[in-house]
Amino acid sequence: MARLSYREAGRLAIAEAMRADPTVWCLGEDLGRGGVFGQYAGLEAEFGPDRICSTPISESAIMGAAVGAAMAGTRPIVEMRFADFALCAVDELVNQAAKARYMFGGQSKVPLTVREPMGMWRSSAAQHSQSLEAWYTHIPGLVVIAPATPEDNYALLKAAIRNDDPVVFMEHKNLWDMEGDVADDATAEIGKARIACAGGDCTIVSWSAQVHVAMQAAAELADDGIDAEVIDLRSLWPWDEAAVAASVAKTGRLIVTHEAVGVGGFGGEVVATIAERHFASLRRPPLRLAAPRIPISYAPELENQVRVTARQIVAAVRRLN
Amino acid sequence: MLRIRAFETAAIRAADEKLVLGAIHPSVGQEAVAAGVCAPLRRDDLLLSTHRGHGHTLAKGADAAAMMRELFGRDGGNCGGKGGSMHIADFSVGMLGANGVVGANINIAAGAAHGVKLRGGDQVVVCIFGDGAMNRGPFLEGLNWAASFKLPVLFVCEDNGWAATTSTRAVTGGPGPAARAEALGIATAAVDGNDVLAVEEAAQALVESLRSGGGPRLLHARTYRLLGHTSVDKAAYRPAGQAEARWADDPIRRATDLLLGAGVAQNVLDADAAAATAEMTAAFEDAKAAPWPPVSAAYDDVQDIGAVAAPAGL
Ligand SMILES: Cc1ncc(C[n+]2csc(CCOP(=O)(O)OP(=O)(O)O)c2C)c(N)n1
Repeated sequence: MARLSYREAGRLAIAEAMRADPTVWCLGEDLGRGGVFGQYAGLEAEFGPDRICSTPISESAIMGAAVGAAMAGTRPIVEMRFADFALCAVDELVNQAAKARYMFGGQSKVPLTVREPMGMWRSSAAQHSQSLEAWYTHIPGLVVIAPATPEDNYALLKAAIRNDDPVVFMEHKNLWDMEGDVADDATAEIGKARIACAGGDCTIVSWSAQVHVAMQAAAELADDGIDAEVIDLRSLWPWDEAAVAASVAKTGRLIVTHEAVGVGGFGGEVVATIAERHFASLRRPPLRLAAPRIPISYAPELENQVRVTARQIVAAVRRLN
Repeated sequence: MLRIRAFETAAIRAADEKLVLGAIHPSVGQEAVAAGVCAPLRRDDLLLSTHRGHGHTLAKGADAAAMMRELFGRDGGNCGGKGGSMHIADFSVGMLGANGVVGANINIAAGAAHGVKLRGGDQVVVCIFGDGAMNRGPFLEGLNWAASFKLPVLFVCEDNGWAATTSTRAVTGGPGPAARAEALGIATAAVDGNDVLAVEEAAQALVESLRSGGGPRLLHARTYRLLGHTSVDKAAYRPAGQAEARWADDPIRRATDLLLGAGVAQNVLDADAAAATAEMTAAFEDAKAAPWPPVSAAYDDVQDIGAVAAPAGL
């Protein structure tokens, strides 16, 4: 057991994976200097510049080359710096990485882990703040992971690297410094949710940094005698329908909250699935609490307009209970 | 140049004092590129800039006080406080935007020049980007586009040697941006980017050839980023002494020496520097005192059809 930051937990996962498997390597901008958030610090010294490969500012080449290198028998970890810049490499990810296995009749898999730091982070405005996880869940062939804690960042990043298909691994920029206990050799199964806090009165589903907002809400509700169950999905594709369904069977109430825009967001998928397949469990209409469909502003109070706060979650739960 | 230096100095102080919350990328040491390239431009010429765009924007004629308010995220900023440092634009002076995405301005500039050509007229478009940007795909696509449609766009590679923490040379094949442009049939010029007169002279000639329909040109201006990538970056990854040595080549110092040599009195130059500092200090104080944007502005200017309404009471 160690006390690690979310950043260090990710770095440890990579270091261990690279020690165990010489075909694992990292490529992206400024990696030799530790990466833009220090999440690769010290790795070049241990593994050398061939395996911690500092690239030109060439996102489509970074992603495309990783696809080729994955087909040629290596396990690349791609660093996209900000999820926003991964949009410069969407063809390589969506048309190439996600399709190759299927199109080529199973001749090749593409074992690729794409790290895309996402989310709002101190006045970073419209091109450095987005949460676009829902897009990737829409693409057959991709696995999508968005961890909320240091231990999950460690365990799920290791699982992602071991996975034989392309994984979009979205760390939240606001969590880099968050500390938590990480069990030695902690493991997590992709597709399994984590019950962040148990309760029988209302199910709150979330992922990534928004889990912590949901937890604040749950703490406030507990003071009022309302026991919310917070489910951290951890991975969005595959996602743990069984865990959510079991919880809703108990509580009869479902709120999904995420930082991303609500329209077309993954909350819609969760709500629709529960409504379609577990309708009888619902004692109240399900609810989504997510960002309005506006870009993210620079000025703090304007930026705050896209945040779903603990207060809003508390109010929503009270309305349902 | 003095105004740009004073603006950057004030902006760095504001970032240090947490009055500017987002990242800023100071252009200290690169002022001669901004001043020299923009000198021959008319107000109706168009400019596309980068994340390191304060100097370009000022040189194109944007109002310093509005820019400072934008950095502070305040009402009255060029973008109403919604963009911040990396997204400053002032369309009233033909400044079509800084950009948070490296290299994204290159295709946009080619398109702006395409629009100019379609509408007729002799406006030119200038696109400034860093050395790091030449390794992104848009560099090839945008330059080829401009060349094949013979568009009036001047590409300026503001080569400060560094792309964030990476030395551009370490990740770049071939001799550089000019050779790449020439391979696409684009005539180029190279200039000492810390010599403001040389930059202006080169830009003047290139802009004239653009106005007479000569097709795109590329200017390679070599300079140096005297400070870190952002205001909080100490740039410890650079070889010891590199930045210190390059301060001797500070473009403002060189211009000052030139003017002194030409007989301009020291007190005249001092007065210019003091005026620049006073202007930017005033901009700083004005921005600090300025109101925040109305919160409802978060919902403005999303789109015409289909925009969501601000919640009641905002
Ligand atoms: C497509 C994209 N990739 C990466 C980044 C992150 N980034 C911001 S500035 C920068 C370095 C740019 O170097 P250069 O083009 O030489 O400009 P300079 O910073 O030296 O002015 C990088 C990598 C980005 N903004 N956009």
